[in-house]
Amino acid sequence: MSAPTTPAPAGAAYDAAAVRAEFPLLSGGAQLPDGAPLVYLDSAATSQRPRAVLDAERSFLETTNSAVHRGAHSLAAEATELFEGARETVAAFVGAGPEQLVWTSGATAGLNLVAYSLGNAAAGRAVPGHEDAVRQWAPGPGDEIVVTEAEHHANLVPWQELAARTGARLRAVPVHDDGVLDLDAAAAIIGERTRVVAFSHVSNVLGVVNPVERLVAMTREATGGRALTVLDACQSAPHLALDLPALGVDVAVFSGHKVLGPNGIGCLYGRTEVLEALPPFLLGGSMVTTVTLEATEFLPPPQRFEAGTQPVSQAVALAAAIDFLRGVEERFGAGAVAEHERRLEQRLRHGLREVPGVRLLGDSDRSERVALQAFDVEGVHAHDVGQLLDARGVAVRVGHHCAQPLHRRFGVTASVRASAALYTTEDDVDVFLDALSGVRAYFGVGR
Amino acid sequence: MAAARGLDALYQEIVLDHAKRRVGFTSLADHPEQPAASERSATSHQRNPVCGDEITLRAVVADGPEGPVLRDVAWEGAGCSISQSSASMLSELVRGVPLEQTDRLVAGFREAMRSRGALALDEEEYGDAAALSGVSKFTARVKCAMLAWVALEDAVRRA
Repeated sequence: MSAPTTPAPAGAAYDAAAVRAEFPLLSGGAQLPDGAPLVYLDSAATSQRPRAVLDAERSFLETTNSAVHRGAHSLAAEATELFEGARETVAAFVGAGPEQLVWTSGATAGLNLVAYSLGNAAAGRAVPGHEDAVRQWAPGPGDEIVVTEAEHHANLVPWQELAARTGARLRAVPVHDDGVLDLDAAAAIIGERTRVVAFSHVSNVLGVVNPVERLVAMTREATGGRALTVLDACQSAPHLALDLPALGVDVAVFSGHKVLGPNGIGCLYGRTEVLEALPPFLLGGSMVTTVTLEATEFLPPPQRFEAGTQPVSQAVALAAAIDFLRGVEERFGAGAVAEHERRLEQRLRHGLREVPGVRLLGDSDRSERVALQAFDVEGVHAHDVGQLLDARGVAVRVGHHCAQPLHRRFGVTASVRASAALYTTEDDVDVFLDALSGVRAYFGVGR
Repeated sequence: MAAARGLDALYQEIVLDHAKRRVGFTSLADHPEQPAASERSATSHQRNPVCGDEITLRAVVADGPEGPVLRDVAWEGAGCSISQSSASMLSELVRGVPLEQTDRLVAGFREAMRSRGALALDEEEYGDAAALSGVSKFTARVKCAMLAWVALEDAVRRA
């Protein structure tokens, strides 16, 4: 998506209802028991897919499906072309080149790939010619891996396990009460022994945009450029214009199903020098050059990290999702989507502040945010809140959102989360707020 | 209110009442059980991985002339109204009941919860807990209702 600062051309007001009409599930596909219209506020968990994405996947399967990067028949060549073309489209979406983009089955797989690759490096494995580069990132006894306490379990547990396997110590940067990352603490924690700094661009609970460039600069300064920076971009990719090389991170991941694409596909971006140096994780076919019974030579990235049969139709459909996002930008003008989502964010957060008994997790005016808000309703459990909202046709996420340490830090075990996307209307937010305002009375709390 | 449409089967008055009264709720650490010579006690900790809700339930089993009896049940934990209410109703139901019967009650409760609305619990047999029959239509909430019952089953097995 384009930079949010560029104003939309006159007369091209954003029309969320028109965009929403392109999503079959949101325009009558999902049948609710009472015939109530669906208010879908769970896009941070998974976004809905426009017809163009569904059509692209089906069309590929009906006309071109075959194995890529092997076989001499023309169908295989055509499929390979579409598969690699999709890589170019998706890489360009995050400001990268195709050789910097690895397909994974999702963001979780991407983060595990990096963690296991570093574990292999710690066990002495290295790509010939890149021994020194990879050795500086590989953690060992006494070294440190740094995360934040706001991480999704997918960007926490793989690092916990890597620390346990290598004897390194895992440390977490805390967040302030308003959800903003404590940069003073980060500066104190990141140091000489740091080998990896892994953090999210946008927390999936707090909605706060973290200062990526500052954290990267801080890490570079404190470690002399020897630590690997890992960015979880799952919640930023759907909402912010991303230029990963400009952000300066070494690697980044995001998932397809949160950016209007299919399940089962995600991306790992890496700086060229980093991908070239990382030893492979999953091993097998399609990622090798010469194999003998004794040893194997691996292909250069990205293929080195793409062992086995790839999710080809999903890659093609993910590219269609990126094209769809581009098309919306072109139709309404650069920055129109960002402006719409900013309005939704304000309406959602300010509206929630007005509901008695509601406490926001990460209510910050001092940082950039996306339209995603978790909250606690005093005296009513998140599950019960979600159940009442569901009866009004409002779909929200309840639970710990795969971020138990963060919930513990805010003194709750579970919360309710409402999250928007480009197809969310202001009416959706209003219906949600109206339904929420009746919840405490229903449970006889706060009268 | 409009939000109640379809929810009456789930949130009956008696269910919400138990969620507030919480029969058997106690701080287990502050009130330790000292079983008599003919008694044995065990606790079980259960967790709902979806929402992080948890319960710790303590069962005290006494050997009687006609076989073992569940002399006392106490629990602590945090959770939604369904899980809290279910723990409360269970405590009220099974105190002083022979183990042979509690096993049957737990099995019957599980069967009803998994029935997707097909089986209703008998009020004579299950008391207030019969009001939880409606939970089985809300498959996402069955785990909430089961939490205390699974804890009882486990604690009795260990006692």
